[in-house]
Amino acid sequence: MQFSESWLRSLCNPALSNEELCHLLTMAGLEVEENEPVAPEFAGVVVAHVLSVEKHPDADKLKLCSVDVGEAAPLQIVCGAPNVTAGMKVPCARVGAKLPGIEIKRAKVRGVESHGMLCSARELGLSEDHGGLLPLAADAIVGEDIRRHLDLDDRKITIKLTPNRADCLSVLGIARELSALTGAPLAASEIKPVTAVIDDRRAIQLDAPASCSRYCGRIIRGVNANAPTPEWMKRRIERSGIRSISFLVDATNYVMLEIGQPLHAFDDAELAGTIHVRLPTPGEKLLLLNEQTVTPSPDTALIADDEKPLAMAGVMGGEHSGISDATRDLFLESAFFPPAAIAGKARALGFSSDASHRYERGVDFELQRRAIERATQLILENCGGQPGPVVEAVAPEHLPQRRPVTLRSARAARVLGIALPEERIEAMFKSLGLQVERVAEGFRVTPPSFRFDIEIEEDLIEEIARIHGYDNIPSLPPVARMAMMPAGESRKSAMALRRQVAARDYHEVVTYSFVEAAWEADFAANGTPVVLANPIASQMGVMRSTLIGGLVGTLAANRKRQIDRVRVFEIGRCFRREAGAAPVDGYSQPLRLGGLAAGTAQPEQWGAATRRVDFFDVKADVEALFSPHRLEFVKAAHPALHPGRCAEIRLDGAAVGVIGELHPRWVQKYELGTAPVVFELDMPALLATPFPAYVEVSRFPAVVRDLALVVPQNQALAPLLAGLKAAAPAIVRDVALFDVYQGKGLADSEKSLAFRIVMQDTQRTLEDAEVDAVIADLLVIAGRDFAASLRG
Amino acid sequence: MDNLDQLVASATADFAAATEPARLEDAKARYLGKDGSLTALLKGLGKLPAEERKTAGAAINIAKEHIESALTARREALKNAQLEAQLATEALDVTLPGRGLPCGGLHPVSISLARIEQLFRSIGFEVADGPEIETDWHNFTALNTPENHPARSMHDTFYLLGEDGKVHDDVLLRTHTSPVQIRAMLAHTERHRDAETMPELRVICPGRVYRVDSDATHSPMFHQVEGLWVGEKVSFADLKGVVADFLRRFFESDDMKVRFRPSFFPFTEPSAEIDVAFMGGALEGRWLEIAGCGMVHPNVLRFGGFDPEKYTGFAFGMGPDRLTMLRYGINDLRLFFEGDLRFLAQFK
Repeated sequence: MQFSESWLRSLCNPALSNEELCHLLTMAGLEVEENEPVAPEFAGVVVAHVLSVEKHPDADKLKLCSVDVGEAAPLQIVCGAPNVTAGMKVPCARVGAKLPGIEIKRAKVRGVESHGMLCSARELGLSEDHGGLLPLAADAIVGEDIRRHLDLDDRKITIKLTPNRADCLSVLGIARELSALTGAPLAASEIKPVTAVIDDRRAIQLDAPASCSRYCGRIIRGVNANAPTPEWMKRRIERSGIRSISFLVDATNYVMLEIGQPLHAFDDAELAGTIHVRLPTPGEKLLLLNEQTVTPSPDTALIADDEKPLAMAGVMGGEHSGISDATRDLFLESAFFPPAAIAGKARALGFSSDASHRYERGVDFELQRRAIERATQLILENCGGQPGPVVEAVAPEHLPQRRPVTLRSARAARVLGIALPEERIEAMFKSLGLQVERVAEGFRVTPPSFRFDIEIEEDLIEEIARIHGYDNIPSLPPVARMAMMPAGESRKSAMALRRQVAARDYHEVVTYSFVEAAWEADFAANGTPVVLANPIASQMGVMRSTLIGGLVGTLAANRKRQIDRVRVFEIGRCFRREAGAAPVDGYSQPLRLGGLAAGTAQPEQWGAATRRVDFFDVKADVEALFSPHRLEFVKAAHPALHPGRCAEIRLDGAAVGVIGELHPRWVQKYELGTAPVVFELDMPALLATPFPAYVEVSRFPAVVRDLALVVPQNQALAPLLAGLKAAAPAIVRDVALFDVYQGKGLADSEKSLAFRIVMQDTQRTLEDAEVDAVIADLLVIAGRDFAASLRG
Repeated sequence: MDNLDQLVASATADFAAATEPARLEDAKARYLGKDGSLTALLKGLGKLPAEERKTAGAAINIAKEHIESALTARREALKNAQLEAQLATEALDVTLPGRGLPCGGLHPVSISLARIEQLFRSIGFEVADGPEIETDWHNFTALNTPENHPARSMHDTFYLLGEDGKVHDDVLLRTHTSPVQIRAMLAHTERHRDAETMPELRVICPGRVYRVDSDATHSPMFHQVEGLWVGEKVSFADLKGVVADFLRRFFESDDMKVRFRPSFFPFTEPSAEIDVAFMGGALEGRWLEIAGCGMVHPNVLRFGGFDPEKYTGFAFGMGPDRLTMLRYGINDLRLFFEGDLRFLAQFK
């Protein structure tokens, strides 16, 4: 809501500076967003009367003007403006005046003394108009400061209104609020009914009373549609952000800005018979003033006559029934449409109008008659005409109700944390125009017709807090019963996990949860992703079901910035359709941790050979994150990953993630240069940490034996190791692989796996013979089950 | 006896002249060896008369002790010298960089979230989490924002298409973390259903939220932290106390100004916007909007299973992205989502 400060002050004028006024409004919940002067600073410009205009003796385009600025003698001023004529009144910058950018000095112009400057609107910084001098009203007082004459010390204030404060969508509404806040009186806005001089009237029929519960209409015949808008009115509406169009349009807008009632003026000659407020017939179309043809939804009320639809009720008028320069007879509409009937209607059509903005938030339902009288009065004053009587149709049962609300003083004190004296509360309510009645526990308060936001006790508590001032409510340190927070050892926090990943040289990224559909196809083979109905861009069109896309995108972006070594991770949700999913049916939304490592295994450094990061480097990272859990890595296939370098990660038999090298196809498609290793892990599994299970430490010496086995080249380690462990007796504490060898001394189809076997007993020292027997047994098992032989 | 002194002096000198252990051992042999001068003297004792033998023997033994101690000292000195020489050759250039993996880092917003969690945990808030594809009911209806409520136009909501290609309007991408309030309340009131008086509910809910908006100061995806405290005696004054305390701790600025001004949210009443002003730095003195808050609306309490006559509560919602930008002086929100390592590596 934008308005002119001086307009506001004409209705309520507390002794506050502009800055104080804005602060007060902001702190009362009417947040001042903009507060700008209507004109730049300048001084020394007055209203001047051009007495005579003569040709400059030495210049064709210049004129010598004799100008009365209200002093004993007229001034001689040289002027080049094309529109200067004797008798006109114009702004005159006197010698010494400071205009935006220049100071006026006495000067000789082509040999003739000039004692000032006659000004255009642009020279005063009022507009870009430089076509000629700014003509002033004929009755302007000569010598008066132009700032005063044009009210240029006024400011344009814009308030960011919250949707509950529809009552402040007018200058009167803001003045009412200001009066309540400061105690400064509100100027009486008495609007006298205009007596009808003709009996012409249109019948009004409320066919859809739930959508329109009050409709006032009036015919005014013989208006001069070409009468100009008076300067004061133009100034006020323009400073309130509405363009001046023609007087009749301006007058309806003026009344809307002044008291908050949207009005519509029809060309009466275009209307036929009775005015109906009705719902549309199936398929009915209407061409609106904004040249948009709409097919209103079945619950959209229309204003219609006996033959055709005229306007979309409370939203916008129709193109064909509106007023024009040729209009002679008016039909004025001032109606009440309940918020529920208008809410969302304009938005559904992709626009907003001043009327719909007000109606969907709530227009005072007792304002219609006053508004039509006010508009009639302005129209008659300015463009003549003969008014008919006001015809009012009302459906009282559909008008909003104003039910009394009880405020318990004790409850207010409990919610706010301070107790205010009842007299103070009563005074606040009264200042806001609420009807107050004292009852045993507090007050019975009936809100006025202009307040749509007072229905429950809390609404009144808010009013108390607001008028008392939030600043005046103390800030209290919280008081609560102390109880320790649970701190389970078998679960780590996501933050602790983040720090753990970061400690392994990964940087955390946050990428968008919506990705391009191609990523879903490429990295998840997901042909039916969750699709956004209204994406911000097509490459953000679907919800991701894997974090891999975002990580690869991050790699690609960094590679473009010539950063080769990239190690990043992200914790975020992934989304898939899944019937019966919890907590939101239809969509599973697991939280995952994804990581990517590309480039050298370590930053290039002295004393260490440079090599590229590989599967096993990253596998160690994954193992560390899950530690002390032991993971199982099972060869697997994944659409994003190299088929021979990809594993499903299992914990206690359940799949908890995937790891692998990015598929060469995607390395090429996404121009990555070299393949990164990526992983994606389930967060719940990562966060669950086993409770330590203590095992007695042996005091007897351990025996360590190495066992090198030659196995077929394609023998995976895991089953062999599992087989050895399963076969080993209790004294075997650990079997660990410490070397893998292929090459000289072995056939191409073979490889050697070397194990270190640790044996120990908690009760005695082991004997060589039993140790030898264990090794011999293991060798037999390895030979039998895995075609392994002892390496010679 | 003079020659004994001389002998000691000569041995000490010879030892000192030996710069290597082998030379020292040679010198030792010359005095203490089988054919050494001192050994010869000892052997010569037998030829002396018995009365002289005792004094001469004692004198020779003293000389021998002197020589041996000189030898030991020299051996020790040589050993030390040798060790020092060896250590000198082993010296490292300690200014060379350390080897191995450096450290990665947390996203700056995560750093803020960690601090937010830590600060609120310190006064007994737990951390809760909720889905990002949310039901319309949790995101709007239960938050007292029925369909067509003008407040819904404050959020530009992302909707999803169903498998039939039609807009699936009972679910959406959550536009704020407030629906987690509802989930937390329902879980709490269900858990304590049979309690005469329910324990207090104190919870914060950090997470990602989505709105159809994109420019230098708006991202279609951003972060929010919701806070909620419900109990029997929770007031607006408590809300002011907790939030102002938090902001001063978060920014580590005791003199920061915090103001609450009336606003409107469908799910709180009274509602407030929170502005802060720093007392120094580039933004000194300017009021910056930083969070929204208010007393939980009775309808919302009811939706959450609380009796609003018995319980009151406050809720607040703030943007950790903005908090992070203000804290570190970051001027472009988009940097948070671009994954540029040159930016991210500044936060550890």
